[in-house]
Amino acid sequence: MLPPTVEAERLNVVIDIGGMPVRLNTTDASFLEMLQERYSGYVGSSSGNSAVEFDVELVSRGTRSFDADLQVTRLQDSWVIERGDFYAQWEPSTRRGRIRQVASPYSSDALLRIVHTLVLAEMGGFLLHSASAIRNGKAFLFAGVSEAGKTTISRLAPPDVTLLTDEISYVRKQGERYIAFGTPFTGELAKLGENVSAPVETLYLLAKGPENRIEPVSSGQASRSLLANLLFFAEDEELVQRIFHSAFEFVSRVPVKRLTFVPDARVWELIG
Amino acid sequence: MSRLYVARNPRVAARSLDGEMMIMSGRDSTLFTLNKTATILWQAADGATPLDEIVSTKICGEFQVEPAEALQDAETLARELADHGILQISEQPISLTTTGESR
Repeated sequence: MLPPTVEAERLNVVIDIGGMPVRLNTTDASFLEMLQERYSGYVGSSSGNSAVEFDVELVSRGTRSFDADLQVTRLQDSWVIERGDFYAQWEPSTRRGRIRQVASPYSSDALLRIVHTLVLAEMGGFLLHSASAIRNGKAFLFAGVSEAGKTTISRLAPPDVTLLTDEISYVRKQGERYIAFGTPFTGELAKLGENVSAPVETLYLLAKGPENRIEPVSSGQASRSLLANLLFFAEDEELVQRIFHSAFEFVSRVPVKRLTFVPDARVWELIG
Repeated sequence: MSRLYVARNPRVAARSLDGEMMIMSGRDSTLFTLNKTATILWQAADGATPLDEIVSTKICGEFQVEPAEALQDAETLARELADHGILQISEQPISLTTTGESR
């Protein structure tokens, strides 16, 4: 008589960022718990639909270098996302894929960001290096490189402002409008954004200076700055073209201005 | 001396905005902003018009420079753009089948 087969229980968590639920299936309860804690506020109903689904297999670090460079490439009908700490293959047509990764929240975080950039690129949206916040029902983005003031302006936000992120903004195109969503992707503030959304009113290009002021920028400068701050990882000509044109589309529809500010709360008198 | 032909690389994304031509390499996502001369060269680079003809008809008149000097500068510029993968250059006409340019 054969011994009874022990089948590991299939567990899953749905991480709903930007209204784009991603289901992660695992057999490891402690990994599941770690994800539920890391993405607290972004965990959706496990019985609900998901836009993307992955089977996750946890592995030890193995022989690969943990620091191996990220590669995102198209392989026939699939995306292959590879770094020292993970390997993922995902088929956009079926919206299903598999992940082999170490049991680290950083690996999950990186994978989720990349998957979202790929999904968003197909829909005219993007992830942007920017803080974002909602005031009076309107979303404002504050883009800039490291040290430009993303975390500072987030920290200075008055109580009537809802913070979406201090580091990576989630922007979706819906009809003629762009909608900013909260994200769990944090910067120095180390505080998850609220899981809410609002139409984008203005993109501010941040700069620190001796006084608070808002200035217009040319469409060319706006496009260049937007492109410089987009998160995009894939080495794929078709997708590069798509995201390039999405940036120009955004600039043609959303005001882009330069916001120079001194690091005190009065800057928020100019916003909203 | 053989003539040089130049063609826009169809594998790049390009847009003209407020007179500025911005080009992104599909190979490595590098963004280029072309100056006025490079923009004229890019827009005229159809693969069929020889570079010297582009220079004499499009560049000399615009910038009031000597044709020989302008051609030398244009050749240098074309080779630089080709090094970045955004132009193709050849001593034969180049077939320009598809392009990522719009507007």
